Amino acid sequence: MSAPTSKITRRAFVRDAGGLVIGFSMLDSSLAPRLLAQSNALPIAPKSPKKLESWLHVLPDGGVQVFTGKLEIGMGVDTALGQIVAEELDLAPSRVKFVLGDTETTTDQGGVGGSTSVSLGSRPLRNVAATARATLVQLASQRLGVPANQLQVRDGVVSSKGDATKRVTYGELATANLDAAAGEEALKVSGAGFALNVEGPAKPKDPSTYTVVGTSVPRVDMAPKILGTYHYITDVRVQGMLHGRVVRPSGVGATLIGVDESTVKGIAGYVKTVADKNFVGVVCETEWAAVKAAKALKVTWSTPLQAFPEQKDLYSQMRAATPKATRQGAKNGDVAAALAKGAKTIAARYDVPFQSHATMGPGCAVADVRADGITTVWSGGQKPHALQKGYAELLGVPPERVRVVWMQDAGSYGRPGFEDAGADAVLLSKAVGRPVRVQWMRHDMTAWGAKGPACVFDLTGAVDAQGNVTAVRFVSRAFSGGEILYLPDSAGNYLAGQLTGIKNTTGVDEFADWGGAAPPYTFSNLDAIAHVLTGFHEVASPLRSTHLRDPEGPATSFAVESFIDELAAAAGVDPLDLRLKHIDEPRAKNALAAAAEKFGWDKRVSPRKNISGDVVTGRGIALGTRNGTYVGTIAEVEVHRKTGAVRVTRLVCSHDCGLIVNPDALKATIAANLVQSLGRTMKEEVMFDRSNVTSVDWNTYKVVRASDVPATVEIVLINRPDLPPGGAGEPSSRPTAAAIANAVFDATGARIRQTPLTPATVKAALTAV
Amino acid sequence: MYRLFVVSELCDGLIICGMARTTLTVNGRPHVVDVDADCPLLYVLRDTLELNNPRFGCGLGQCGACTVLVDNRAVRSCSLPVSRAAGKKIVTIEGLATAGQPHPVQQAFIDEQAFQCGYCLNGWVLTAKALLDANPKPTDGDVRRACESLICRCGSHTRILSAVQRAAKNMAVKA
Repeated sequence: MSAPTSKITRRAFVRDAGGLVIGFSMLDSSLAPRLLAQSNALPIAPKSPKKLESWLHVLPDGGVQVFTGKLEIGMGVDTALGQIVAEELDLAPSRVKFVLGDTETTTDQGGVGGSTSVSLGSRPLRNVAATARATLVQLASQRLGVPANQLQVRDGVVSSKGDATKRVTYGELATANLDAAAGEEALKVSGAGFALNVEGPAKPKDPSTYTVVGTSVPRVDMAPKILGTYHYITDVRVQGMLHGRVVRPSGVGATLIGVDESTVKGIAGYVKTVADKNFVGVVCETEWAAVKAAKALKVTWSTPLQAFPEQKDLYSQMRAATPKATRQGAKNGDVAAALAKGAKTIAARYDVPFQSHATMGPGCAVADVRADGITTVWSGGQKPHALQKGYAELLGVPPERVRVVWMQDAGSYGRPGFEDAGADAVLLSKAVGRPVRVQWMRHDMTAWGAKGPACVFDLTGAVDAQGNVTAVRFVSRAFSGGEILYLPDSAGNYLAGQLTGIKNTTGVDEFADWGGAAPPYTFSNLDAIAHVLTGFHEVASPLRSTHLRDPEGPATSFAVESFIDELAAAAGVDPLDLRLKHIDEPRAKNALAAAAEKFGWDKRVSPRKNISGDVVTGRGIALGTRNGTYVGTIAEVEVHRKTGAVRVTRLVCSHDCGLIVNPDALKATIAANLVQSLGRTMKEEVMFDRSNVTSVDWNTYKVVRASDVPATVEIVLINRPDLPPGGAGEPSSRPTAAAIANAVFDATGARIRQTPLTPATVKAALTAV
Repeated sequence: MYRLFVVSELCDGLIICGMARTTLTVNGRPHVVDVDADCPLLYVLRDTLELNNPRFGCGLGQCGACTVLVDNRAVRSCSLPVSRAAGKKIVTIEGLATAGQPHPVQQAFIDEQAFQCGYCLNGWVLTAKALLDANPKPTDGDVRRACESLICRCGSHTRILSAVQRAAKNMAVKA
């Protein structure tokens, strides 16, 4: 598809934006709509973010098409952004359509991540919509001969305040060129990536006048998904498309000795085996043939390295390792002196395992690499513009020859490996000269997807006789969440790149930091140090680490918010009171108070008195703060003291993320955060041996199930119409682990300092009490 | 490569050569497919019939993303060889609605705005449908037991459980 060069082609482009045409099966029109994806034939020309029409087109039906580098990955972001745009345009939200994350037609807004899609991502769209409205009103003024200040807009109809017969619809103004009307470069650009903003001459509305923002508009994707008319990345079909599967090394560091193609040549539809250094894949005419071939292909590997420790030694090795990098975080007062003077001094160690994205659908992508290098890749990765650069490097072509079209995959929660699946598809398509669809098998995803890093924490603290915390020393040691950079913009970032000998040069040190993840406690003596550890193997390691939802946040919060609880117990103070005593931030205090009120928090010292019987109950609280969002979570648990089994019976969560755009969608996202993080707390742990990750499927990597879900999950939304909207994708994942562990302590007097809280771990702690 | 033949074409005398000819009834319509008898039903539905909603999640029968109804039982299509689906009534999510109206179970899930990404939803919606057909008034425990072998990685469970109860109520009113 050529880059739009004139007004006419640009308008035509709107209809098939994203390279997707919804058509019907040639064979049976009663079947589901079919995606006929079209590949690019020409290089693309980037669009200028300074132009209004780079962001928004008015459609002949009076609706608008918005082009954004933001994506919808399961939390209702496009619904919320649609409300924000509709609000500014005085248009019904159903009339705002989006093209999301297509590198040819949308501006690079950094993709999605960091819970910023609404907080930062909505800013340029709000400003664009405001300027588009002003431009349309100006055009209407010329058309109607009525001064702009005498015009009003209702649901896309511009009319004279004094004479309702003088009216024109947005649709009737759709033929006008907004750029010509607003000025060719009407928008001023600032920032880049997530922070990219544009501002036009028109000011957005005063939030106090909002009528669409703040209402529970149903999610635009929900009914189509449930009725079966929605298309995921897995449903993309391109003319002439083949199917690929990958075969990973037999273990970390294993190198390819040879493939025996005779083992698969007899499979009907077999096309080719691709072996390039340590990258191995098969390509077949059909998906089933590819699945069979990948399983049947005899591949000989060298003996894998024994690069990983015995799993039982992981945490001790992490504590013994020489750090790769160290960062001094918060530091004030004299911790050593305060510890020496404390009425009571306590020390505790906390351990958090590697966790897997283990996405619901294993990574899927379609790549069409043409002989001239012009390439189209359909991907569900969270950063399409970064993928464009990375895939171009993998192919050795300039980025403008690669178009990445985002389509929704399963919930991704970071950098799960959809990026790597796209790189696999690129290599396989290049090798066979035809479009190739790759979907990983379950083990490719769970075992070989990059991981959330393991973290260990050592905390020491003191309290005085009056029940105040007088000192805290915090030391973390963790693998870097940036070992595989969250921004997949280089070939070495991908498994396929590393397996073909390309170095990962973009990894960065990311710390399990007090500053990033601990609530804003005002301790007079505080010393927080974070160490990053070198990964166990440099390339293509199934234990390579990256961003998993709220990177390092849940782990650090587990340590800090558990330790605060330990200090409260040492001081003989109610754990909520202790937190309130050492926090100044009013929104944090308010979040805790709101959760406590909803729960009916009974002020007392933990653990509860007179613990007896086989089944005991308790409650625990934890605070989570993240980039201006404040969360208070309270868990109620039931612990079976004979078995160590813990059941979370109730979760209460207060949530203050500034202005609320869509209360119902927000509640759904918070509830899912709570349940997913409950699973991370109670069950999730990547298992490995000396050479391999042995968590390969849903039996060996356990996640939350229906029976684990609390009978009661209550969410208290705190709306702040006076503040800009903040993030909600991750913050309520953060305090869950500590709230649960604190509740177990309250119930039993046993402190659990390691996740997951398996019956064996809890039982061991109970025995030690 | 899979080949699809609509029955009317066969009647016109088209000659088929290939692996194994299997007749499948999907969403009320007969299809004759010519595929490897061992091929899991999932790939036939997705790739041959282009019914996209049964989704590949694990290929191991562990998660439910590929669920379809086979003779009104919720079945993991990734683990069912196509030959064993022959002659049975197969229903996918897209075949659940009647006369353009969402099935009450679908409507309940829509009303609850139940999912996050929704990739898993075939398992939950169709398992709920099969459950409610057999047990119109399930307790919370019944629902959880029926759904225990399903995965939702996003953690949408609280709304899913509410949706099943809402569907039970909707269907009781209708009955």
